[in-house]
Amino acid sequence: MKKSHIIGIIVIALAIGIIMTSVGDASTYVSFEEAIERAQDGDETKVHVVGRLKKDAQGHIVGMNYDPLVDPNYFSFTLVDTNRFEQRVVYFNPKPQDFERSEQVVITGNMKQDVFVADKILLKCPSKYVEKEVQQ
Amino acid sequence: MINTLIGDLGHASVIVAFVAAIVSSYAYFMASRQKVIASGDNSWRKLARGAFYVHGAAVMLVIFALFNIIYEHRYEYYYAWSHSSNHLPVHYMISCFWEGQEGSFLLWLFWHVGLGVVLMNTGKKNKVWEAPVMAIFSFVQIFIASMILGVVIGDLKIGSSPFILMRDFMTDAPVFAMDPNFVPKDGTGLNPLLQNYWMVIHPPTLFLGYAATLVPFAFAIAGLWTGKLTEWVKPALPWSHFAAVVLGIGIMMGAYWAYETLNFGGYWNWDPVENAVYIPWLVLVGAIHTMIAYRRGKQGLKASYILVIASFLLILYATFLTRSGILGNASVHSFTDLGLSGQLFTYMAVFAVLAVALLVYNWKKIPTTEKELTTYNGEFWVFIGAAVLCLAGFQVLVTTSIPVYNSFMGFIGIESNAALPADQIAHYTKFQLWAGVGIAILTGVGQLLWWKKSEKGNLTEAFMLPAMLTLLFASLIIVLSKLGVFAETIDNPVYITLLVAALFAVFANLSIILSLLHKKVSLSGGAVAHIGIALMLIGILFSSGYSKIISQNTSGMLYSREFPDEINRDNVLLWRNTAVDMDKYKVSYQGQFQEVKGVPDYVNRELLFPTADEYKALARGPIKVADKVYFDTGDTLELVSPENTYYKVEYKAREGEESFTLYPRAQVNPNMGLLASPDIQRFADKDLYTHVSSVPDPNEEKDWGELKEYEVAAGDTLILNDYVAVFNGIERIEQVPGVELAQGDVAVQADMKILGEKKSYHAHPVLLIKDQMMGRVPEEVADLGLRLTFLNIDTERNRFKIGVNATQKDYIILKAMEKPFINILWIGTIIMSIGFVMAIVRRKEVDSKQAPAPQRNRKAQAA
Repeated sequence: MKKSHIIGIIVIALAIGIIMTSVGDASTYVSFEEAIERAQDGDETKVHVVGRLKKDAQGHIVGMNYDPLVDPNYFSFTLVDTNRFEQRVVYFNPKPQDFERSEQVVITGNMKQDVFVADKILLKCPSKYVEKEVQQ
Repeated sequence: MINTLIGDLGHASVIVAFVAAIVSSYAYFMASRQKVIASGDNSWRKLARGAFYVHGAAVMLVIFALFNIIYEHRYEYYYAWSHSSNHLPVHYMISCFWEGQEGSFLLWLFWHVGLGVVLMNTGKKNKVWEAPVMAIFSFVQIFIASMILGVVIGDLKIGSSPFILMRDFMTDAPVFAMDPNFVPKDGTGLNPLLQNYWMVIHPPTLFLGYAATLVPFAFAIAGLWTGKLTEWVKPALPWSHFAAVVLGIGIMMGAYWAYETLNFGGYWNWDPVENAVYIPWLVLVGAIHTMIAYRRGKQGLKASYILVIASFLLILYATFLTRSGILGNASVHSFTDLGLSGQLFTYMAVFAVLAVALLVYNWKKIPTTEKELTTYNGEFWVFIGAAVLCLAGFQVLVTTSIPVYNSFMGFIGIESNAALPADQIAHYTKFQLWAGVGIAILTGVGQLLWWKKSEKGNLTEAFMLPAMLTLLFASLIIVLSKLGVFAETIDNPVYITLLVAALFAVFANLSIILSLLHKKVSLSGGAVAHIGIALMLIGILFSSGYSKIISQNTSGMLYSREFPDEINRDNVLLWRNTAVDMDKYKVSYQGQFQEVKGVPDYVNRELLFPTADEYKALARGPIKVADKVYFDTGDTLELVSPENTYYKVEYKAREGEESFTLYPRAQVNPNMGLLASPDIQRFADKDLYTHVSSVPDPNEEKDWGELKEYEVAAGDTLILNDYVAVFNGIERIEQVPGVELAQGDVAVQADMKILGEKKSYHAHPVLLIKDQMMGRVPEEVADLGLRLTFLNIDTERNRFKIGVNATQKDYIILKAMEKPFINILWIGTIIMSIGFVMAIVRRKEVDSKQAPAPQRNRKAQAA
């Protein structure tokens, strides 16, 4: 076979390999229920969950705990996913500032025992890049 | 008063630019037709040129109009209001020019105009190419100009104009219903993360890189269209080099900026927006190599077409990804969706279809050689290298486009919830690291084979020295690491492979440079660039692979022991003035500082008495740096950026005399939360990178404990919260900062000295009688967490009542890490750029000589 054909086949094989690995590595957005299921099945892959913070009738956040004087690397809160399922989440890093003001929170991680351990938190703050309010 | 003139002028200029681009494009198209060229009729070309110059002038007018709006603080315009403010220094006004999407499109337009003018006026050969290439240039300008057109046709909005008035953008805001001529007094300012010099230089460089990728593309398309299927490579090649070096520098500027200013502790996050420009760069470099191979051996023309076209289309794809809002949650950089996604998609689609159609149509006509390449041929390895670059780019493309797949599936009705990999860095690294290994080895092998004769004897000789040096140095480094000379031992086989490959690339290319020294050193541009890349790989290997967090929380206090494996102890709590052990240092947080105009060092916040204007403060004491006094008590000081607090962190080596102070910065922004910037201590062999992760909320009222009252006489000593304090007496004062004293008002201050752990503090709480009412101005000693209030005077018995509240001490949460040998990465970048420039200069030299260039090349290379 011509050398260039051999090379061509190798390149295509590598490209297919890349696609397959990427599909395998891709994560998904799931609900807490599914995250719990996965953990129960022994599946430790990390997933993304979108949710909102649990608030009480006055709009104050419930179930959030960060005490840097005790342990600066421990932050826990309760997240409510799109199915209204409430789940306690633990994040081993300082509390992201202005966490309270976020409209939506996206966490990445997996369920461990009864708690969702988050590696990453992405906050969606109200109108982050577009100014909508004119102050007098 | 609302000034609509300048906005109308700007808007009209955009329309003129748009129309002129259409005219120029059409005229150049006509000028490229065979009939016209054959007849020697220049009128179409003249018209086209004129139109392009008109287009250029219009673009300059647009820039002038927008800059005027920003500079003159015309907040009736949305762009000025949302991107600038009264306090912005002039150089940041330049950068807020491109903070918004419209402004950055304008920047892109501007660069194309510049490049177009250069193309039109340089090079004798280019007269042949001018018409078709400029036709494509102008055609592109039509699309970009349309992005800022801001014209509404029926229901269809075309473009987003930078000249839109506030009242037209915010049609729902009640303030405009009441007063259509309302002009806000101040703008919302430049995003604080963008207020540094990088924002002034990184976007223009990056956009010049984008603009420059159009040039080789235009040449390639012009070649296909006019039937000059082979001659375009020669003029396009130096432009490809130019595009690659500018784009590469632009990307690395972004990396350096992220490292210096953002606090994720690195320089590359594999964020979709970063990836989007990395991919076309890889493909462009691949294209450069196939073009070089073509110029030598007449092979690889088809590959060059594909890669040059692909690199431009990938730039358009990158534009689409970053600006259309399709990334949404996936990226920290996502800009707001201006509703331009349809236009951006059209832009990309038109050029993709056009280019692919032309290529397919002409495919059979493109000359190829049947000659089979042997593995002893340098060109063979160059093609392998281009293939590796493209595979690397392909890998990044596949993953980064996941949000696009989601959108597309959603478009055709299939729900898909795919997300980007949970650990992006690990995912990309596992491929790109091996691509790096491949590239490094290939640059070595390829260069050695390219420059040496293909006789076996010579070959073994050529490889021998670099191979030996590589093994020698690699072993040396590994052994030294095992002996503890470096912070960590190097025993990860993957990293060792990368190290060996990169070292091989360095030595192989060095040997090429040395052998070219006595012929023509200017030919070694490629070798220099390759050494630069190899150094970058080494720099990345050490600074990322061996990055070490030194702020491990060793206090032993953990909130929970639920998950011992997960426990992340990367952050440490530092109380003010209490030292903590960190790696080989004792670290202490020493207070909050601010930047004051005219003072070379940061000034302790406690010396600054705030006034109604947040940019001005009164000096509470003399402002000294070293022994020079810059300001005296009572002087008005100008604060450079009052919202930024600098936290003084002192590092003292536990063994030895070494000590340095870092000032990581943070601000609590009402919209974006805590924005922290690191401070970096640079050593020759590593960087020490420090940032604050969390601070007590400055907006929260401090929790002061119970008031304790003390009755004292002048000269008494008392114990306040475990600190010894001396009450020296009282004195009458004429001025109280922040209070207007009139005739008949009296103010006295108590002079107190408190002995802290390291130094003594003076406090002067004030008691005053103003308008026949008693008032008190307490003083806080932040270092000690005390607030002293001068409560009362008992004039009969000459005794004084002092009140003391205590609060929790100030603290910060700190994260610190070491980045070994990161300087090699930056040095490698510079060397790579030098190599590119050498290659551009050499191409220009070669092309301007009268003798047939390919012959000369071959002679020089064969020698």
